[in-house]
Amino acid sequence: MSMSFYVAPEQQMKDRADFARQGIARGRSVVVLRYAQGIAFVGENRSQTLHKISEIYDRIAFAAVGRYNEFENLRIAGIRHADLRGYSYDRLDVTGRALANAYAQLLGTIFSSAGDKPYEVELVVAELGVEPSGDEIYRLTYDGSVGDEAAFAVMGGEEDTIRTVVEQGWTDGMDLASAVQLAVRALSDGQPLLGPDQLEVAVLDRTRRQVRKFTRVTGQALTELLAHA
Amino acid sequence: MNRVGAGLHPAFLQSGTSSFTEFVAAIAPEVLPVNTIQASPDLAPHGTTIVAATFTGGVVMAGDRRATMGNLIAQRDIEKVFGADEYSVIGIAGTAGLAVELVRLFQVELEHYEKIEGAPLSLDGKANRLASMIRANLGMAMQGLVAIPLFAGWDQARGLGRIFSYDATGGRYEETAFHSVGSGSVFARGSLKKIYRPDLDERGAATALVQALFDAADDDAATGGPDLTRRIFPIVMSATAHGVRTLPDSEVGDLVDAVVAARMQRPDGPSANLL
Repeated sequence: MSMSFYVAPEQQMKDRADFARQGIARGRSVVVLRYAQGIAFVGENRSQTLHKISEIYDRIAFAAVGRYNEFENLRIAGIRHADLRGYSYDRLDVTGRALANAYAQLLGTIFSSAGDKPYEVELVVAELGVEPSGDEIYRLTYDGSVGDEAAFAVMGGEEDTIRTVVEQGWTDGMDLASAVQLAVRALSDGQPLLGPDQLEVAVLDRTRRQVRKFTRVTGQALTELLAHA
Repeated sequence: MNRVGAGLHPAFLQSGTSSFTEFVAAIAPEVLPVNTIQASPDLAPHGTTIVAATFTGGVVMAGDRRATMGNLIAQRDIEKVFGADEYSVIGIAGTAGLAVELVRLFQVELEHYEKIEGAPLSLDGKANRLASMIRANLGMAMQGLVAIPLFAGWDQARGLGRIFSYDATGGRYEETAFHSVGSGSVFARGSLKKIYRPDLDERGAATALVQALFDAADDDAATGGPDLTRRIFPIVMSATAHGVRTLPDSEVGDLVDAVVAARMQRPDGPSANLL
């Protein structure tokens, strides 16, 4: 006969949060920040194929840290959610807020359900506005809480030190090169700066002519962006 | 259960297909056109001629703007040529409601795959995907509701523009140089046979297509000619290494004006050499 001991709900939640937090802290970080013409996503990622940053819809992108298989699953669910909505209603009816809410519900439910292991992930859902004032950055944590960030979001391992550097350097209306360089400086954490092959960079670019505003910055373009004075 | 609404349905989290159509067919089949449209062919407007031609550096496609319903003109400014994604275009002739829905679905299908897989489908892959989507509409084709697309795009792997045609059973055929579909297609193809040259540039190929549509409209009542009084011109799109471009009305207007001015002199259009 198995014995089950009483564990206080507070303790249960704390244990689960610690478990998730430890998983996330092992991962490398991602910085998402606004710049004059859009929103930049910069992550430390040595893989050129396993992405942490991804396009969800016309003006919506996704970034994640933590356990790859878990956030990959969430990313695909987000794309399905967005495409199905856009196809059933209209492209304009797909919003970052709705997606952030959907993720929050899912993460929250799994976090508090005793049978499941909490997701060891943190997410950012960002939506590009028509004007800079319309930009939205939502940060979601493993327990389903959502925060609406005005300028930038930082997630992953050395979150606090990175946040301090970004906080000090970020200014409203900075250009893309300075925004990316600031993020790289923050991610490098006092060590030699991360190079193009250790970074994953993408932007939601307001100046892009097409309806899909998401582009990856890779190869030559990235090297030039990092060297830009 | 409304699976289109808020929240993430559990099915969204299941691993599986990177095809939007297959995914929707499994979890929300009611939103697919194949399961919703039940109409008699006589009640549905028809769109007509689409033409396409390759040129050095890409491919152009053009479509007239008329939709007919029996002997009536249902719409004089319908659009039948669309960008399928950033490197390919699709034009569609046949039952307009079905055609437009099929194009919308195809656009989502390509984008969905690209986002999930992190890389776009090859041009052949896109062409095959379209074939299977037409095949899924076979039931409606049997009732007389047929939508036949013409697909063209820039093949990034091979560095050239290519054209694919289809039949109602989903058969896929690659065409060389030029092709046309729809009710006026025989006249358009005859016209292109005489004026098309492989060394044309984008503007030259677009002019040849405008000529072909003019000839189609000349002999087929269901194809609309350029509407000079309302300034409604064919939709012309090109796909090159720089992506898909819709030629602006000003540019197409110039081509049309030149074609019409020449036809004032010779109504049957440019003459080809006898030998």
